[in-house]
Amino acid sequence: MSAMINHHVSDELLLDYAAGTLGEGWSIAVATHLALSPEGRARLALMENAGGQLLEDIDFDASAEVDQNDSWQRMKAKLSTESAQAQRISAPATRAAGSATIPEPLRSYLGGDLDQLKWRALGRGAYQIRIPTGDEESEVRLLKIPAGKPVPEHSHGGRELTVVLKGAFSDGEQVFRRGDIEEADESLTHQPIATPDEDCICLAVTDAPLKFKSFIVRLVQPALGI
Amino acid sequence: RTDRSDEAVQVDFARLLASVGRHKDVEAFEQLFKFYSPKVRAYMAKLARDGQAADELMQETMLAVWNKADQFDPARGNVSSWIFTIARNLRIDAFRRAKRPNFDPTDPAFVPDDVQAADVEYEQQQEAERLRRAMETLPPEQYELLKMSFYREVSHSSIAAELGLPMGTVKSRIRLAFAKLRSALEERT
Ligand SMILES: [Zn+2]
Ligand SMILES: [Zn+2]
Repeated sequence: MSAMINHHVSDELLLDYAAGTLGEGWSIAVATHLALSPEGRARLALMENAGGQLLEDIDFDASAEVDQNDSWQRMKAKLSTESAQAQRISAPATRAAGSATIPEPLRSYLGGDLDQLKWRALGRGAYQIRIPTGDEESEVRLLKIPAGKPVPEHSHGGRELTVVLKGAFSDGEQVFRRGDIEEADESLTHQPIATPDEDCICLAVTDAPLKFKSFIVRLVQPALGI
Repeated sequence: RTDRSDEAVQVDFARLLASVGRHKDVEAFEQLFKFYSPKVRAYMAKLARDGQAADELMQETMLAVWNKADQFDPARGNVSSWIFTIARNLRIDAFRRAKRPNFDPTDPAFVPDDVQAADVEYEQQQEAERLRRAMETLPPEQYELLKMSFYREVSHSSIAAELGLPMGTVKSRIRLAFAKLRSALEERT
């Protein structure tokens, strides 16, 4: 099954995701790819294990102001009030019934699977759905490219991540299929084209163009303390 | 980097955590708390505005460890990496107030792993030990880069700027580091 994925997430992008520094928009693309890539998840597990090792090895001042015993007493006091509540939260994980084409976390962002989506025409037979996130630095969209046609309005000044969900696209010599991820940056000029057999549905995350509005928000942010 | 008999320690921690998960074993949790709480506090202190904020986030993390202990799967990872992921997610929540999209293994569209080997728990401990040794032999500049990536809330482009290195050098150091760790884990003893 994992052999089907040919294009994987890069170490540097995966490390940002593992360390917790990757923004929400980019993370949707990485997590959606990982849902379809056992091999990618094995690499993530290695990075999280490295994170665990670094946590074990972290430097700390054992004689610091914190009294360990006092710290434990405070913790212990919380446990007694928490135990009853905890029992209710922990339900065993079970595999959800039914079938789906779009994996989590993307399906929840879209509010449904493929047959429930409301597409907006982009022109020349292509469609898109904008996916709102809390992340200002990226723009997240689902694209439907007609069979044999190029990806429309295609220019990006920075990073672009594309994850194929249905169909396939070719870019130069390479073909990207379900689960594959393509990482492009401003140095790469490319022309993705949907393969001729069927429409291609993919998730595309790009650098958001810097908006005047958000620039002002950023300027006043420190004053507001947010 | 301290030298301990980590393998034995990790096996014990997995057993202690399992006991917390099954019986809400306070004594087992106390041992985990004494070992991990100063480390989690130090991890939070890399970003927190003061010691008290770091302490509160540590308490929140350890409380989550207590509450979620029955979800810990020793076949999937060791105790340190599991606690790391809990602390990391709380840190994203506290400092960035952002969501961290994640895949869901119970989702019908999820492509499951190939069937795992029988004694996975033992395998995980062996692997943790091999990883620890491999990390000790990483070239210092690669080890430092991993520390910066995991401890601090900065992107690789900011790390590159801070170290005065081209982005390409940072990327290739990351690739070299993980290539080395991966090949160390592939060597079966
Ligand atoms: Zn992959
Ligand atoms: Zn592009």
